Amino acid sequence: MPTTASTALPLKDVTASNSSLRRYLHGLPGVDAVGLEGRAASLGTRSIKTTAKAYAIDLAISMVDLTTLEGADTPGKVRALGAKAVRPDPTDRTAPATAAVCVYPDMVAVAKEAVAGSTVKVASVATAFPAGRAALPVKLADVRDAVAAGADEIDMVIDRGAFLAGDYLKVYEEIVAVKEACGASARLKVIFETGELSTYDNIRRASWLGMIAGADFIKTSTGKVAVNATPANTLLMLEAVRDFRAATGVQVGVKPAGGIRTTKDAVKFLVLVNETVGEDWLDNHWFRFGASSLLNDLLMQRQKLTTGRYSGPDYVTVD
Amino acid sequence: MTIEKTAKTEKTAKTEKRSSVFEYAPAPESRAVVDIAPSYGLFIDGEFTEAADGKVFKTVSPSTEEVLAEVAQAGEADVERAVQAARKAFEKWSALPGAERAKYLFRIARIIQERSRELAVLETLDNGKPIKETRDADLPLVAAHFFYYAGWADKLDHAGYGANPRPLGVAGQVIPWNFPLLMLAWKIAPALATGNTVVLKPAETTPLSALFFADICRQAGLPKGVVNILPGYGDTGAALIAHPDVNKVAFTGSTAVGKEIARTVAGTRKKVTLELGGKGANIVFDDAPIDQAVEGIVTGIFFNQGQVCCAGSRLLVQESIQEELLDSLKRRLSTLRLGDPLDKNTDIGAINSAEQLARITSLVAAGEAEGAERWSPACELPSSGYWFAPTLFTNVTQAHTIARDEIFGPVLSVLTFRTPDEAVAKANNTQYGLSAGIWTEKGSRILAVANKLRAGVVWSNTFNKFDPTSPFGGYKESGFGREGGRHGLEAYLDV
Repeated sequence: MPTTASTALPLKDVTASNSSLRRYLHGLPGVDAVGLEGRAASLGTRSIKTTAKAYAIDLAISMVDLTTLEGADTPGKVRALGAKAVRPDPTDRTAPATAAVCVYPDMVAVAKEAVAGSTVKVASVATAFPAGRAALPVKLADVRDAVAAGADEIDMVIDRGAFLAGDYLKVYEEIVAVKEACGASARLKVIFETGELSTYDNIRRASWLGMIAGADFIKTSTGKVAVNATPANTLLMLEAVRDFRAATGVQVGVKPAGGIRTTKDAVKFLVLVNETVGEDWLDNHWFRFGASSLLNDLLMQRQKLTTGRYSGPDYVTVD
Repeated sequence: MTIEKTAKTEKTAKTEKRSSVFEYAPAPESRAVVDIAPSYGLFIDGEFTEAADGKVFKTVSPSTEEVLAEVAQAGEADVERAVQAARKAFEKWSALPGAERAKYLFRIARIIQERSRELAVLETLDNGKPIKETRDADLPLVAAHFFYYAGWADKLDHAGYGANPRPLGVAGQVIPWNFPLLMLAWKIAPALATGNTVVLKPAETTPLSALFFADICRQAGLPKGVVNILPGYGDTGAALIAHPDVNKVAFTGSTAVGKEIARTVAGTRKKVTLELGGKGANIVFDDAPIDQAVEGIVTGIFFNQGQVCCAGSRLLVQESIQEELLDSLKRRLSTLRLGDPLDKNTDIGAINSAEQLARITSLVAAGEAEGAERWSPACELPSSGYWFAPTLFTNVTQAHTIARDEIFGPVLSVLTFRTPDEAVAKANNTQYGLSAGIWTEKGSRILAVANKLRAGVVWSNTFNKFDPTSPFGGYKESGFGREGGRHGLEAYLDV
């Protein structure tokens, strides 16, 4: 079993002050944007067919955090989502369940009930998602509320304002506090909102900052801004978790979220995982897709592979 | 209770863990898109004909050793006929307005694009390189070269050589087997754009794409005799270059043959460009973007199985990051997929010929004998065909054969340096001077180091990137003259 981030934080000495943290993060190797995007694009040309495709589709389904994060969410909507997560394809029991459902904190109790007795986890966004513009006590209350309602996983957002202003220690301390509020039971996913961090160098620094602070997962985005998960930023974060494990022995998961809508896209992300960090991460304990419409496309492609025919959107369920 | 619960969780986790790893199923490109005839003739004066003495040779697929076709082998009489056809065609071709010549080149470029899948499969079969490369690199660049020089044909007045620069006449061109169709494009596109006519000899191991190109010339309605293709061995090339009615000699290949050509044409009025060997240095500074540098090193030496004259075959890494970089590089090499070149997921294809494989093998043996440390990832080689596993040598010094001689295979020699001056000195300490790479996040260092490197092409934070607008050529024993860009016109103009 790989080690999970737990009590003793690795690289504790670099967090002694904001300047030591800054020196450490800015000492990480730079990222050449052209090269990174070129590598991601070249892995995107892998041709995944037949048995490999079937394997990838089932793996992808099992990695979906089926998500609804709308102001209009109701208990009815969340229950429907939960039922779908447990049995994505009612016509085919061999289709695996998704990894989790992802909801706002006030829907955690409903979601928990909807997936009761299954392997599906309940993840909750918290910390004044998606902007994260609230005082720390408010964020922590948000987290405690979700954990108390039974959330298995907390998806927090970092304070991008503080990060961009160079106040890394503030970001670090917030993550540590949230991790503590998660307690022993809930795994913590740290969302960087990569679209707002803007540069790849920032994404690498944020990844290390999150991992040093004890993140169980690092996650690209909220799905609420223009640029969300891309093959390039996910590749970069995979490199970060790979290097972090080599440096500390601690394995951290990765969750690209937002903008992954087709099976073709999902398979490309799995190729990135396979060829960057390998099979240790090819498991829903270590890799997730934050998505909603992706699941139905995966199911349609799965039906195509099983039956040899395309069915159509009326043969999969709407949430 | 707690213990029991843990045990149960672990068990569930175990059953849920998928047994199979993510193995890619075979994804072969269809061979049916290309129709290879059992035999091919020479292409002279717009017609396919047999060799005057009836000689033929066989071309094989290096990945399987299967015979693909029998090809006519041009002798001296055929060279004579081809040069005469080119001479005759020159008069009208050179008198055409540039815009008219451009029409033919644009047409050829478009036909290449339309037939690119067919040509990519053909090139992969005949050369052994992966379909991924022929599809994504060779063929797009081939079309781009014709498009680019088509654009120059009516603008030669503005190329910087004064008004109405004149063509040279008949160009005798000899190309290698590593990028058969791309080298043809580098030679033929600028020659035709400037108003010359061409007799081209493709390499004996890879004649097919040039013969398909001959068919494309016919499809494009190119006037007879403007392009002539003479498959054959070294003696055919030698006869072509020595022919008194050839005005221009263009050669890409080994330095040994290049020197012979220089001796042959010495004392004649023939204009010569030579693009020869290389031993490119890929310099990685301690502030480099490491992950991208690793990709660049891989592209630098394992692209086309390292059979690239501008390959980054010497890795110069700053001592302070040597260990970290080599760990990353070895991990990356372990993910390279070697095998069927027609499989879309293949990264490393076959070595082009038994002869080349023997050369690589003997140089690698020399490396080991001289005390360098050899490493290859675990990698199963197919039982038939010509194959060589990606190979890395550490503990290499400037004195080692593998640091000096061009291996022309998937073999990387790793050397170290301590300061930028030492890096420059080691990079320049070679008989060659074709390419170099610089990896650093510091822009001022890129400029400073690039200015000191004696190499025709210097890439920064990338490697083996080509573009028709960019001139390419060598210093020292890597040859002279430039191909590509505006500079590439000069080689075919009487200026």
